[in-house]
Amino acid sequence: MPEANRYLGKPLKRKEDPRLIQGLAHYVDDLVLPGLHHAAILRSPYAHAQIRSIDVSKAQSAPGVVLVLTGADIRDSIGVVPCAAQIPDMKAAPRPVLAHDRVRFVGEGVAVVVAADRYAARDAIDLIEVDYQPLTPVVDPEKAIEKSSPVLYEGYKDNIAYRWQLEGGNLKAAFKNADKVIKQRMVNQRLIPVAMETRGVVAEYKPGERQLTVWSSTQIPHLLRTQLAAMLDQPEHSVRVITPEVGGGFGSKLNVYAEEALVGFLAMRLGKPVKWIETRRENFQNTIHGRDQIQDVEVAFKRDGTILGLRVHALADLGAYYQLLTPLIPTLTGLMASGCYKIPAIGVEIIGVLTNKMSTDAYRGAGRPEATYMIERVLDLVAAELKKDPADVRRKNFPKLADFPYATPTGVIYDSANYPRSLDLALKNSGYKKLRQEQVKARKQGRCVGIGLSTYVEICAMGPSSAMPAGGWESSTVRVEPSGMVNLMTGASPHGQGQETSFAQLGAEILGIEPADVNVIHGDTAIVPYGIGTFGSRGTAVGGTAAYMSLMKLRGKLATLAGFLLDVDPAKLVFSKMKIFVKSQPSKSIGFGEVVAAAYSAKKLPPGMEPGLDATSFFEPGNFTFPFGAHVCVVEIDKETGDVRLMKYVAVDDCGNVLNPLLVDGQVHGGIVQSFGQAMLEEAVYDEQGQLITGELMDYAIPRAADLPWMETDRTVTPSPVNPLGVKGVGEAGTIGATPALANAVADALSPYGVRHVDMPFKRERIWKLMQASSRRAK
Amino acid sequence: MIPAPFDYVAPKTLEEALKMVDRHGDEAKILAGGHSLLPLMKLRLAQPRYIIDIGRLHGMSYIREENGHIAIGALTTHAEIESSSLLRAKCPLLSETAATIGDVQVRNRGTFGGSLAHADPTADYPAAALALNVEILAASTAGTRTIAVNDFFVDMLTTALRPGEILTQVRVSPLAALTGTAYEKLHQPASGFAIVGVAARVTLGSGGKIEDVGVGVTGLGPKAFRAVGVEKALRGKKASEQIFADAAHFAAQGIEPLSDLHASADYRREMAAVYTRRALRRAFARAQGKA
Repeated sequence: MPEANRYLGKPLKRKEDPRLIQGLAHYVDDLVLPGLHHAAILRSPYAHAQIRSIDVSKAQSAPGVVLVLTGADIRDSIGVVPCAAQIPDMKAAPRPVLAHDRVRFVGEGVAVVVAADRYAARDAIDLIEVDYQPLTPVVDPEKAIEKSSPVLYEGYKDNIAYRWQLEGGNLKAAFKNADKVIKQRMVNQRLIPVAMETRGVVAEYKPGERQLTVWSSTQIPHLLRTQLAAMLDQPEHSVRVITPEVGGGFGSKLNVYAEEALVGFLAMRLGKPVKWIETRRENFQNTIHGRDQIQDVEVAFKRDGTILGLRVHALADLGAYYQLLTPLIPTLTGLMASGCYKIPAIGVEIIGVLTNKMSTDAYRGAGRPEATYMIERVLDLVAAELKKDPADVRRKNFPKLADFPYATPTGVIYDSANYPRSLDLALKNSGYKKLRQEQVKARKQGRCVGIGLSTYVEICAMGPSSAMPAGGWESSTVRVEPSGMVNLMTGASPHGQGQETSFAQLGAEILGIEPADVNVIHGDTAIVPYGIGTFGSRGTAVGGTAAYMSLMKLRGKLATLAGFLLDVDPAKLVFSKMKIFVKSQPSKSIGFGEVVAAAYSAKKLPPGMEPGLDATSFFEPGNFTFPFGAHVCVVEIDKETGDVRLMKYVAVDDCGNVLNPLLVDGQVHGGIVQSFGQAMLEEAVYDEQGQLITGELMDYAIPRAADLPWMETDRTVTPSPVNPLGVKGVGEAGTIGATPALANAVADALSPYGVRHVDMPFKRERIWKLMQASSRRAK
Repeated sequence: MIPAPFDYVAPKTLEEALKMVDRHGDEAKILAGGHSLLPLMKLRLAQPRYIIDIGRLHGMSYIREENGHIAIGALTTHAEIESSSLLRAKCPLLSETAATIGDVQVRNRGTFGGSLAHADPTADYPAAALALNVEILAASTAGTRTIAVNDFFVDMLTTALRPGEILTQVRVSPLAALTGTAYEKLHQPASGFAIVGVAARVTLGSGGKIEDVGVGVTGLGPKAFRAVGVEKALRGKKASEQIFADAAHFAAQGIEPLSDLHASADYRREMAAVYTRRALRRAFARAQGKA
């Protein structure tokens, strides 16, 4: 890190915001090209059916329609939707771009219409006649693995996609030596990501140049380009992917979707630009879902609260097909099963199950919220069983500071942490002791108040390439232009995280210039060097480090040149306030712009120095990072209705060094809100026929501002040794740390009613029924 | 999210609108604020051939006192009802109810008349309209008639409006002396509509007796209704916590509550009692000049 920080770590307002707030930003649907045509997709109304025949004749002759294609028409021209995850002995479940023989979930694409306008396309899909032979849908994952269940794929003997196992330490001994063992079943329900902007694709093909350009609302433009080239059998340099503004992703756009290839294909086939914009209903039915695990947990512990062993058996509902990372996500739950505790023995078995539903995949947190929820509930179950304070049981099981880097029995190595420090701060900030006293009083008054605690660790900054399906590095190219303005191109693909601001701060700090002079470019494969993208809280920790490396290279070159021009030792130069000067002798100084001009005019360069100022770097991280924190919250339940009100929320997060505290706070706030959604409101519900009955925002509740109290956030800073910036990542922390805090608070509130555990979401009726049942028992 | 094709007409006068409604009959839907109709059309659950947009008619958006009652034009928005100083002073229940509808955008566009005519079983206004005994004016080419609110809600999405009629005005009496009102709502967290909504009006007589009471309930069954059992249990009795609690148990009497994703019939029934008691308690406090 360079000397005194002028911009780094400072709360600069986001450069992105003015255009977003003023409605000046451009999303995919804002793109209008000459001759633009529109696609609409006919989707299956059945969860499971055989397609007997499709009659498109009426649609074909409808006004404005230029093309109608079915799955059978394109199956030989477009490859299947790619899955990058491989698990030993995994059954294949590839998704065709349009179904051609069997449909396997409600909303699966069956045919596509292209018309001159969006209305004509939509009207025409109602004219397509499909003769379906309905099959028995497989909806409940527990029934799906029974021998008697119908199977989704012909030739498979069951619906088990894979069994993934992991064991570390001596489990047998742990359970044998335990004073107590608790078992608990927990359901981590299926969620719908609900990005504010639905997905959308525009594609244009220029036959002369043989160039296909695809604009898509995606988090991974380069990976998408590579996959599209393969799916469409085009050379990769003939495909360009551009991500305009992306209105929220949360992992739901960390994927390669059927429509991205389909729209590209249609543009090539027609020689006309084609647009497809997902409707909200399509978004609910046909964009990936998250979570959906049923966990059976068994914990062995000693009377003093020491945890000896943990067994987790989880059913992960994968849905009907694999999207990009579908099978991989549940295994992250296994890797993180240890939480921030030193548990000597852990065994995890995950059974991936195929069902007639939309695929699950990475949704903010992606496998880790399921782990954290499980282990944090376990800690509270142990505390409740032993009648100990949950904070004390946590403290008892934290690894010692000297244990770091700490290797868990699940095979991951936690980079750095100070769990007691974040817990102590959260307890202090929340006034925990006083809260407990107030709770006693409230209970005496007949009020139902609960206090919830969670101490979490997550796995971030994805990740070392050895552990990533398509490489885990990130790239950057930084160019100082002749005028001294800087273009910083990042292979990361920010879509709301704010890296146009934080990377500009980084550039300004390192080069001694102003953040306004650093323009961050991302999301265009023709401009930006190949990158992996933004997901897994990696944008800053991996992408930022790649940017840092290029900036440092340029700084080195500028210093060499400035030293040459000033006739001083470059090692003695500092960069600040648009000047490069000798630290001990500030009069020995040259303007930043002068040095840049010298590099381009190339009239007076040190021997052997190339003209120009351009650097590219690839950062390969040596490990993941492991951010952590402690959250405390208070809920009060209306005893007459079961309504849970969140009264207080205190978060302490440690994401290592912070480039911009406003961005970190924003991520934490948003994450807590999404956690609140999972805990209190959200659940994707399929009925027995496989119909998604929470199919729109009228029925799928997401949190609103008025649902939440003021969130008190604070930080501890434990720099990560994994990258030179010392940052860990914070994009998912809120959704990982907050859900269990809320769940523990609700369980705590209900403990006088003899309730040990209740599954999310904590809908009013569910809570009310538990309280009613308890009162009936009492009578 | 794209509706099926339809023809759009925007009459300039009520007479013109009535003629169009008369001519197109069942094939036409009247568009006021559009906040119920358009979502249904976008999902193609409603596919009318004609849309008659009365939203541009002049002189149908007002709240004024005339002949001893308050007249509210059918096109008056929820936001206007929410913020009307006249209503807040003389019939605050409508303002209070309007404030619980949807969000700011919905309240700025949705209309009072549109909501009543749509008769969504989980809409908020019907409860208040029933508790207040409003009168509804319906115009047709044959003239205008008055419908008592007790006769207005017929079934799910069905009212006493006849083909060819347009709801033009709602009349409500200013609250009598010693009267308090309240609306208590358990909202469905996704849509904001009522799982149970109870509007209560309590008028006190001498010695703290309940002289008159009106209780309207929405969300429970296929249509909003008056909780006659509750009213009967209270009329003429001396107001007390206990009597409100006892009476509230009659809220769902004779009703087979809806059961859906958001609430079972049992829960709805129980909540009807809880919210009725809460509404009565608050209306009573207000009748006494408290709260």
